[in-house]
Amino acid sequence: MAPLFGRRRSANSAKERLQLVLIHDRTDLTPAELDALKDDLIATISRHVEIEPAAVDIRVAQEGRSQRLVADIPLRSSARRRAY
Amino acid sequence: MTAKVVTITSGKGGVGKTTAVANIAVALASRGQKVVCIDGDIGLRNLDVVMGLENRIVYDLVDVVEGRCRLRQAMIHDKRLPELYLIPAAQTRDKSAVSPSDMVRLCDELRPDCDWIVIDSPAGIERGFRNAIAPADKVLVMTNPEVSAVRDADRVVGLLDAEEKGPASLIINRINPAMVKRGDMLSVEDVLDLLAIELIGIVPEDENVLVASNRGTPLALDGKSRAGLAFQNIARRLLGETVPFLDFEAPNLLQRLFTGRK
Ligand SMILES: Nc1ncnc2c1ncn2[C@@H]1O[C@H](COP(=O)(O)OP(=O)(O)OP(=O)(O)O)[C@@H](O)[C@H]1O
Ligand SMILES: [Mg+2]
Repeated sequence: MAPLFGRRRSANSAKERLQLVLIHDRTDLTPAELDALKDDLIATISRHVEIEPAAVDIRVAQEGRSQRLVADIPLRSSARRRAY
Repeated sequence: MTAKVVTITSGKGGVGKTTAVANIAVALASRGQKVVCIDGDIGLRNLDVVMGLENRIVYDLVDVVEGRCRLRQAMIHDKRLPELYLIPAAQTRDKSAVSPSDMVRLCDELRPDCDWIVIDSPAGIERGFRNAIAPADKVLVMTNPEVSAVRDADRVVGLLDAEEKGPASLIINRINPAMVKRGDMLSVEDVLDLLAIELIGIVPEDENVLVASNRGTPLALDGKSRAGLAFQNIARRLLGETVPFLDFEAPNLLQRLFTGRK
């Protein structure tokens, strides 16, 4: 939400901070652990298919009170095309 | 009669549980219901003073559990209403004097001859909390629109689900509409987005709450104050009525609440 009168409203900070804290409280997954998981995932998938490590997006999504791990992993297609 | 057992809990301390138990019990009793409230906060007894019954205590919850008196003898009749009773907590003992199964047994004994048993839970997630939720048919989680209270409420909601005491319903207490309006307090909508549970009451910040506890006359006895009205509405919702939420918030939020958004 756009800040009114140039100052960021504190309720917005409260909500955003709580959103992150609650994900970690509910899943026991800290941001550091999520990063480690991301690195492992990239290494594993790269053994099978070429991907864009920088473009990999892994996050915890919420649906009501349940969370799911969502990974978006773009594949690198140019290599395959070059082979033809 | 088969009483429904309702427990009010919160995680964080001081959010207004005892105030809510006193007022919801009074509101239910003033609608002709037979109500027994139980102070589950052993060692930090407070429901008696908030209700103004502190001078009438002879026996307490621990006396009942340890067999020093019969259940009836520990029930203090609040004479302002035909059928409102309090079982006070022991002040000089600790939470381990009572077990969850003691609470279940005690409530089972009470169930056949009252309509509602309302239990005041202590803060925290330890023994006292376990005691208070053990006999509950319905748990109301109370929070304030404030980061630590919301975080602790979320933890409690998770524990209640794990104990198969869910789904809990939410009371948001001490909403200050002016602060919400200027963006410096979490709104009802924000808290609902975060906790994702059903709402059963919104209680505004109201000076009359303190005045009422000074006097030992719960607000819901007359119901003219805004907080008193909010507690009356919670009681009506417990009785199955559909009651619109009070207008403490922006209209677009109210529309969403009316359409049953959770
Ligand atoms: N809606 C309100 N407006 C203003 N003051 C309030 C409101 N609700 C509660 N209070 C005040 O907040 C304080 C704490 O309330 P209360 O004792 O009911 O909380 P509690 O959750 O039972 O605390 P504890 O966790 O220590 O048992 C009291 O001084 C009470 O008067
Ligand atoms: Mg209390």
